[in-house]
Amino acid sequence: MPVLQANNLHKRYPGRGRQPVLALDGLSIEAEAGSVLALLGPNGAGKSTTVKILTTLARPDSGQATVAGYNVLTQAELVRRSIGLVAQKSSADPMATGQENLVLAGRIHGLGRAEAHARARDLLARFELVEAGARVVRTYSGGMARKLDVALGLVHRPRVLFLDEPTTGLDPQARRQLWHEIERMTGEDGMTVLLTTHYLDEADQLAEHLAIVDAGRVVVSGRPEDLKDELRGDALTIEFTTAEQARSGRAVLARLPLQDVVVEASRVRARADIGPEAVPAALSVLESAGLAARSVTMSRPSLDDVYLRYVGRAYTAEAA
Amino acid sequence: MAFTAPAPAGTLTDAVLLTGRSVRALLRQPAYLGISLIQPVIWLLLFGQLFRSVIDIPGFTTRSGDYLEFITPGVILMTTLFSACWAGTGYIEDMNLGVMDRLLASPVRRGAMMAGALAYQVLTTVVQALIVFGIAYLAGARFAQAGRGIPITLLAAGLICVIMASLSNAIALLVRQQEALIGISQFIVLPLQFVSGAIMDTRLAPGWVRHVARYNPVDWAVVAARQSLSAGTDWGAVWPRLGALAALAIVMAALGTRAFGSYQRSA
Repeated sequence: MPVLQANNLHKRYPGRGRQPVLALDGLSIEAEAGSVLALLGPNGAGKSTTVKILTTLARPDSGQATVAGYNVLTQAELVRRSIGLVAQKSSADPMATGQENLVLAGRIHGLGRAEAHARARDLLARFELVEAGARVVRTYSGGMARKLDVALGLVHRPRVLFLDEPTTGLDPQARRQLWHEIERMTGEDGMTVLLTTHYLDEADQLAEHLAIVDAGRVVVSGRPEDLKDELRGDALTIEFTTAEQARSGRAVLARLPLQDVVVEASRVRARADIGPEAVPAALSVLESAGLAARSVTMSRPSLDDVYLRYVGRAYTAEAA
Repeated sequence: MAFTAPAPAGTLTDAVLLTGRSVRALLRQPAYLGISLIQPVIWLLLFGQLFRSVIDIPGFTTRSGDYLEFITPGVILMTTLFSACWAGTGYIEDMNLGVMDRLLASPVRRGAMMAGALAYQVLTTVVQALIVFGIAYLAGARFAQAGRGIPITLLAAGLICVIMASLSNAIALLVRQQEALIGISQFIVLPLQFVSGAIMDTRLAPGWVRHVARYNPVDWAVVAARQSLSAGTDWGAVWPRLGALAALAIVMAALGTRAFGSYQRSA
């Protein structure tokens, strides 16, 4: 039985003086116990609204959801006892030390004084924050504060942990460190994790199951490997010198049996059933049209290709 | 099958923990702490000097004949009013920091969150009031009934604090913006202060002011405090006003707690 389930969630925000904003448009997801489910999508796709509803911070206009077996609307208090939340923004009290933040979080979740202190020490050690634990959080770096946020979400050993864009704003090294901690945590503690992200590589690295969210609904879900395997053939990336050449190249390449041909700045991306045959064919038609490709790359389909296939547009940094 | 979640701490424990969090934060901001404590002292000495001659106005009623003794409970209530009206800034800061959502997604009851915030405000109010009493004593004020008057003044100040801080917290949860809270607070605070006997005997004010002051909780608290500190206390003027303040405090704290529902609905 899924430990987390949302069914046909709808949510609309009043748009102050403008049209109402449709945040969720029939979103449905589920996650089995002990798994990591990633919600992948650009900003405004509905990921954070989903997290708000599942953590009882917001109410859906319609639809149902259960977390740890409890209804988020009618058993909100029991849901809150069962979950940990690591929100998009760092949510530690900046005027308290790391240790004090963890002890307070433990106490309000029902841990006794001694147990809360012991748990805080354990988590500070686990997240390599022992020395920083006695300092007020406003002195922490972004990476340290984020690790403390994750520790705060774990202090009461929740059944379900929500990680809302946990690595947004971190430098690459801090991101990798946090990924390592998340992997270790889910592997060791066996909790169910709902992770939202707009980083394709993050979803690929951490999630056992993936739901791509766009415009408030899930457009496709499954295991990342299965989703990529469903895209038969190979991904081609053809680099041109200018965006204009890339647009001309796309028109020329339309003569070939390629799928999902899109232009991204000065490059054309496409999918071919048999890559090794498609590459010389593509170079040939481009050459006959007087277009010179700077490079051609062939690879196995990635989550970018999965996103393109199901959402109908490339996953760009601008969208995210 | 539902997961058996651990039992959360009780409402009282949560409220105490959250009060402790606020007190700790205050103690770590010595400049803010210093200003909070010095401000009422400045008001006391400033107003005490500025208006000391008003006791000579015919019709001004003060039993001791000393304006400092007259204004001391007024300054305490004014300080309480101003401090409590800014209470909501703490909630807005917590919203901006993400602390509010983390607490709301935890088992902490909304009532405990409100009680913790109010207890912190009352605690700071009591400390400020005791400092004002101390400075007034050093400046020469002598209250006929300090033994019972000081606790009653602290009670009245605490109740005003709960009323206004509940209102401020509720506004913060509804508007979520510092600027809006500041504007609304200023709109409320000044009329409440001036349409009361905090710094002037309302019997010298126009009739309509005296009439409006009868419905002003700040005036109720000022009258109760001043009467309890004076010789020949009119208890008929003290207990009904304290009772009304207590009832209003309960209602406002309950309404403030309900504002969390509005915050959640618009999230």
